[in-house]
Amino acid sequence: MKTVIRKLIEQHGRLPVAMSTLADGQDLYAAGLTSFAAVQLMLGLEEAFDVEFPERMLNRKSFSSIDAIAACIAEIAPQKAVA
Amino acid sequence: MTRNSNLLDRAADAAAVAAKYCDEVDAQSRFPTEAMQALKDARLMGIMIPRDLGGEAASLRDIAEVCALLGQNCASTAMVYAMHQIKVSSVVSHGADHPWHRAFMACIASQQLLLGSSTTEGGGIGGDLGNSICAIERDGDEFTLRKDASVISYATQCDAILVTARRAPDAPGSDQVMATLLKSQYTLEKTAEWDTLGMRGTCSEGFIFEGRAPAEQIMPQPFAEIAARSMLAHAHLLWGALWYGIAANAVSRAQSYVRAEARKKPGQNPVGALRVAEAASMLQLMRSSLNAGLERFEKAQLANDDLNSMSFAIDMCNLKIGSSRLLNDIVQQAMMVCGINGYKNGTPYSLGRHMRDAMSAPLMINNDRIFGNTSNMLLVHRLDQRLAS
Ligand SMILES: Cc1cc2nc3c(=O)[nH]c(=O)nc-3n(C[C@H](O)[C@H](O)[C@H](O)COP(=O)(O)OP(=O)(O)OC[C@H]3O[C@@H](n4cnc5c(N)ncnc54)[C@H](O)[C@@H]3O)c2cc1C
Repeated sequence: MKTVIRKLIEQHGRLPVAMSTLADGQDLYAAGLTSFAAVQLMLGLEEAFDVEFPERMLNRKSFSSIDAIAACIAEIAPQKAVA
Repeated sequence: MTRNSNLLDRAADAAAVAAKYCDEVDAQSRFPTEAMQALKDARLMGIMIPRDLGGEAASLRDIAEVCALLGQNCASTAMVYAMHQIKVSSVVSHGADHPWHRAFMACIASQQLLLGSSTTEGGGIGGDLGNSICAIERDGDEFTLRKDASVISYATQCDAILVTARRAPDAPGSDQVMATLLKSQYTLEKTAEWDTLGMRGTCSEGFIFEGRAPAEQIMPQPFAEIAARSMLAHAHLLWGALWYGIAANAVSRAQSYVRAEARKKPGQNPVGALRVAEAASMLQLMRSSLNAGLERFEKAQLANDDLNSMSFAIDMCNLKIGSSRLLNDIVQQAMMVCGINGYKNGTPYSLGRHMRDAMSAPLMINNDRIFGNTSNMLLVHRLDQRLAS
């Protein structure tokens, strides 16, 4: 799952740094993720994992790292998280 | 109704002083020195600060009521006071566990300091406050900062300025922090005048800001957290409150005008009466949405995560857009009622200043920029369909 997340961040995140330099736990906002790009990333994740993020996940914290995103997806779509 | 009438009583004197000098402040585009001194004399600068640090722990609702009162009398004074309180809110919300900012809060309360704000930046940033070009440069235990600050209200009058900047020279534009610099720690080189239609007493000139201060004066949280958790709500609710004050005063002038007409010609309703009724209905809309916004904020404060949520951000943005538009519609309507007496300066029904001040509201962080942000969030956020929230 984290490979897919990484690919989506690469596509939508508009980060000024290479994805390969980012650890799973690293703060994406400090790496340059803007609130605009975060929404584009959410849309990409919803499409890729065929999920809809519930309201309570629509905040900064949920998308602050690869680990945090993975945890959100694992929570709303456990069957997809193993893939 | 306010829960703290004591604050309103104390603000009443300052409001009277503000009203007295309002036209002069507007005509000369000068700082409302007398009204701001009256606010300090009434010890209203530090009221948001916790009691153990010398403040009164006043609620946002109470402070909004003071802003609304000032807005009825002198919009520039109200805006200066509101902007100061918005800055104080960031220190109160994010500085509680931070030794330097705790001591600073005590100073604000004891010395009645006035705080200014520098988010806006030249070089294409403008009101995009989530981005900076300038950066903090660490130098041992200190840092230096140079900012092309294209708008800082009352910069030469305040005692400290809270400035946004990138965390470090190699940080991306959105990785920002906010630092507090005291008057003795910065220089201001003026780059732009403030000769505007309205809000002339805010003296929001442009400067090259250059400062050096101990690193402990940088707030530990990312600025994005500060913006989401304290600035957004405080700015939009306090601006909205003072805009409500401008609108309420405009409607009150229109109402006096119509009443005087009605007295002159008993038995027939003046033409303007209908428009006063219409303005009153818009004023009610403005007031209700501001009260709902204050309630939303009070609830969000209790549920920690809510302040960071998209639904809260969208609510606060919509409140700003809605109240800034309503304000302009209301003043326009009042002008139609008062006619030439509203258009002229120096009559009891003059509305020129109200109209000019009001025109800043949709531009102060351009509504189109805000719509840009909310339209992005609405791609994923689903609106609450219920009537009650
Ligand atoms: C009375 C007053 C006092 C102020 N005091 C201060 C102060 O003390 N400190 C401070 O830092 N600032 C201050 N400001 C400045 C304020 O914060 C904004 O920077 C200023 O109002 C300009 O906002 P803006 O860049 O959004 O709008 P504009 O300069 O009007 O924006 C330029 C254009 O960009 C367009 N636009 C819309 N969306 C976007 C987008 N997403 N990206 C790019 N452009 C977009 C807008 O439609 C607009 O046409 C003050 C402003 C006023 C009116």
